[in-house]
Amino acid sequence: MIRIENLKKKFKKLQALDDINAFFNQGQVISLIGPNGSGKTTLIKCILGMVRADSGSIHVNGKQINGDPSYRSQIGYMPQIGRYPDNMKVGQLFRMLKNIRKMPETELDTDLLVKFNLVSIFDKPMRTLSGGTRQKVSAALAFYFNPAILILDEPTAGLDPLSSEILKEKIMQEKQKNKLILITSHILSDLDELTTDVMYLQEGKMIFYKELSVLKKETNEEKLGKAIASIMKGGKREALWIDEVLALKETVKTN
Amino acid sequence: MLKLSRYVLYDILRSKVVLAYTLFLFIVSFSLFQLEENDSKAILSLLTIVLIVVPLISMIFTTIHYYNSYEFIELMLSQPLSRTRILLSEYAGVALSLLSAFFIGIGIPVLFFAFDGTGLALLFTGGALTLVFISIAFLASVKARDKARGIGAALLLWFYFALIYDGLVLLILFAFSDYPMEKFTLLLSALNPIDLGRIFIMLKMDISALMGYTGALYKDFFGSGTGVFFTLGIMLLWITLPLLWAIRVFKRKDL
Repeated sequence: MIRIENLKKKFKKLQALDDINAFFNQGQVISLIGPNGSGKTTLIKCILGMVRADSGSIHVNGKQINGDPSYRSQIGYMPQIGRYPDNMKVGQLFRMLKNIRKMPETELDTDLLVKFNLVSIFDKPMRTLSGGTRQKVSAALAFYFNPAILILDEPTAGLDPLSSEILKEKIMQEKQKNKLILITSHILSDLDELTTDVMYLQEGKMIFYKELSVLKKETNEEKLGKAIASIMKGGKREALWIDEVLALKETVKTN
Repeated sequence: MLKLSRYVLYDILRSKVVLAYTLFLFIVSFSLFQLEENDSKAILSLLTIVLIVVPLISMIFTTIHYYNSYEFIELMLSQPLSRTRILLSEYAGVALSLLSAFFIGIGIPVLFFAFDGTGLALLFTGGALTLVFISIAFLASVKARDKARGIGAALLLWFYFALIYDGLVLLILFAFSDYPMEKFTLLLSALNPIDLGRIFIMLKMDISALMGYTGALYKDFFGSGTGVFFTLGIMLLWITLPLLWAIRVFKRKDL
């Protein structure tokens, strides 16, 4: 569904994406992982057309994304930090997007709207919402139009445990519907249950892109975090980041 | 496109700045017509407002509006909408609100007290200048990286067109006063929409008789049909070229 070829992007001196090649198909849940600033969000923004790549191409459903924005009607996007017009009310936001996407009422997916109980805050302006509530609005919007491709940038960050569970449940459901789901997250335990494939980025380079089962078999590990740790330790110093993650977990546990 | 502009307009009207602007223009022009016994004197005072205040407000308002609706633009970019359409909707929304403010605030008093060639020329110039400076402000804000730079650039441009340019023209005229400069100054006036507007209105008034030989030549030129078309054409260029440039920059921008 999404094909990425030789994608390169440079911000001033920083090589944000360095020759990325990948193919994402429906039914896959792909975890994009890597340290901060490794290019995960840039890759997502390239797919959405918000960032223009220097070279290389991206094809969505066989069509290269180049000018024609219609492919974005297939995509539901949940940004890392949801920023919305301050004066707009929650209900207006949903109405406006419904108006723009022109989807019949019956095909809308209001599941998360109901579960997060967002209808009760429909007449609140966006600026009064807390970070977590904004995140819920972002999530509900991403799933609202029942898109074939879901792109979720740090979906569970800032959500309370209950809402986080609801969201994961929802992602699982969509996975069953044979959709393509791209997730970035630093909470590897969240990804463990959802993901089918793992793509690891570092300093803009794709270090590996593998099926989760293959990854686990190769490393003889049960957990995603440990599997990545062991593969990175294969003589590479890039493993520092994952070491830190695991060390942090250990300290949390011992405390 | 109008669908998006509706939301832009709604957002602008909520902030009430445009209402204050309308009221300001209305009170100023109404009281000028009341104070001055001679209506053409009032028009002359109004001319200063139209040439100085209207461009300034148009530029500052547009720049601030652009940065305030950055979230809205971001949100729209993840939807199936083209960048051109997003920017043009923003333009249409701002233009519609500022133009109506101008035509209500100055248009109604002028039509009431001085409904003649000069009055209509004033309204035409004011409307055109509003659109021109909205275009230039869009270009400045799309090119600038942050709010401070954007507003700074807008202010500088306004300074240039409203004050510095005249100084430069005077300098050139003094330096080359031995040569016939009439045709050349005609060209110079086309390079500044404020100057063009000023000459266009002045020549509709009686005082143009005081302007000597150059004035006579101008009167000959601007009084004829070609002159009107010339002004109209140059103003149109001043509206479309910066806007097209802004769209070009916006299309290639990383957001």
